[in-house]
Amino acid sequence: MEYINIFFQEVYKILFLLVPVLVSVAMIVWLDRRVWAFVQKRQGPNVVGPFGLLQSLADALKYIFKEIIIPSSSNKIIFILAPIVTMTLALIAWAVIPFSATQVLADINVGILYLFAVSSLGVYGIIMGGWASNSKYPFLGAIRSAAQMVSYEVSIGVIIINVLLCVGSLNLNDIVEAQKNLWFVIPLFPMFVIFFISALAETNRPPFDLPEAEAELVAGYQTEYSGMMYAMFWLGEYANILLMCAMGAILFLGGWMSPIEIYPFTLVPGAIWLILKILLLFILFALVKAIVPRYRYDQLMRLGWKVFLPLSLIWVIFTASYLFYFNLLPTN
Amino acid sequence: MIAHAIFFYLFSFIAIVSAVMVTASKNTVHSVFFLILDFISISCLFIMIGAEFLGMIMLIVYVGAVAVLFLFVVMMLNVAQQKNQWFASEASSGHIPVGLIISTLIFFELIIVIGGWKYKPDLFDLNNSMTNFNLSNTHSIGQILYTDYIHVFQISGMILLVAMVGAIVLTFRKREGVKTQSYLKQISRERSEGVQIVDVETNKGVKIDD
Repeated sequence: MEYINIFFQEVYKILFLLVPVLVSVAMIVWLDRRVWAFVQKRQGPNVVGPFGLLQSLADALKYIFKEIIIPSSSNKIIFILAPIVTMTLALIAWAVIPFSATQVLADINVGILYLFAVSSLGVYGIIMGGWASNSKYPFLGAIRSAAQMVSYEVSIGVIIINVLLCVGSLNLNDIVEAQKNLWFVIPLFPMFVIFFISALAETNRPPFDLPEAEAELVAGYQTEYSGMMYAMFWLGEYANILLMCAMGAILFLGGWMSPIEIYPFTLVPGAIWLILKILLLFILFALVKAIVPRYRYDQLMRLGWKVFLPLSLIWVIFTASYLFYFNLLPTN
Repeated sequence: MIAHAIFFYLFSFIAIVSAVMVTASKNTVHSVFFLILDFISISCLFIMIGAEFLGMIMLIVYVGAVAVLFLFVVMMLNVAQQKNQWFASEASSGHIPVGLIISTLIFFELIIVIGGWKYKPDLFDLNNSMTNFNLSNTHSIGQILYTDYIHVFQISGMILLVAMVGAIVLTFRKREGVKTQSYLKQISRERSEGVQIVDVETNKGVKIDD
């Protein structure tokens, strides 16, 4: 009986986290299209509901009623598993995101490693989808994307080490608390820029959307997918983008901390600040999509391995020696 | 405790079954996927005994990087040809004695290790080591790895570096006749050398050398 109670409590907590995440993923798709449209002096989706807010809902409805086509020569189990893997991985990572000092589903000691691990597993959904489709364009897209995501993960890992040197803990709440006086975006600004660009590449956003470059690969790994399975890939992708924004907000922008620690601002709950920071980062993501042209594949690889990796490694050595010589290394 | 036991048996069952399926499944790509499942359930087991750092590193290194490369290589190979070679063909039957010898050796090694652990438990007594139980296990690993075992740690780093350099040297070759783009050249192009304004006469056209 006791177990059942605990079980239901946990299920309620998980639903309280996942339903808002899914709703905000739908809203974020609308925001993305809207920002993109405004940059190009268009209106964007503005018909369904007020300001077109219900556009994503209408799209989802359309996808649900479409037929799911499974290619006869595909590897059916893996073909069906691929969007599920993408979606699940994008959602389970939210378990460790702290919305305030106490509002976190799982306050684990290795929170940042968990986030990093889950985001590095995200590549499997794409590889599985591309390979199981048994078709040229999806396969090429999947291979490109695997190489791209593995490359940019390396520099994201090194950037995380930079932050960890200043914090001295892998717990996400500790990382947020360590930024009480100074957000890490100020001392580690170059790392923030590299993290932002690597996050673009890691989530296959333009200008690094080579896995689905429509001019070369039709739609990359998604080519053979239709109906709700395509929508799941799509949702998973946007949930991943939101996750990377949340990671950036926690690592560099002080997570749920209010920007100014004076009276009226401290009343606002931490979740609101975190959401505002995530939105800020996401609008930057959307603006980049509208402004920057797509990279060529060799340029992308060169940027990852020859520019970002050495730069972030040098910055690790710089941060470590600075902290060491001024005796600022965190101790506990 | 019951819940703990249930999860332990669940994860170990998945780990063993997927380990068997790695060798038994006919499709090589499926084997790699089972290997990934195996890694994931083993890292879940690590987390269950409280070694959350090891579990996460297992996920990041093995599943996030090594298995991706496995998958890459296996997908690029011509899988269709090797599909039906399981025990049936003459080419693979030559490997069975060697495989048997190696697996018996590994089996006896495991028995020796587990036996030593069982009959001489004070060999790895936690109380004798300098483990501080108040620290998280990330901290304790760091404190032991970077103090007592710093030389071993650095030697293993050197070995990895040598392996990396060796792999690059083995695969590096100068290829002739490949067109590569020079970034400096591309960026430093000026308008004056890239654009030329020509008066075109009607019905005659113009010839530009390039």
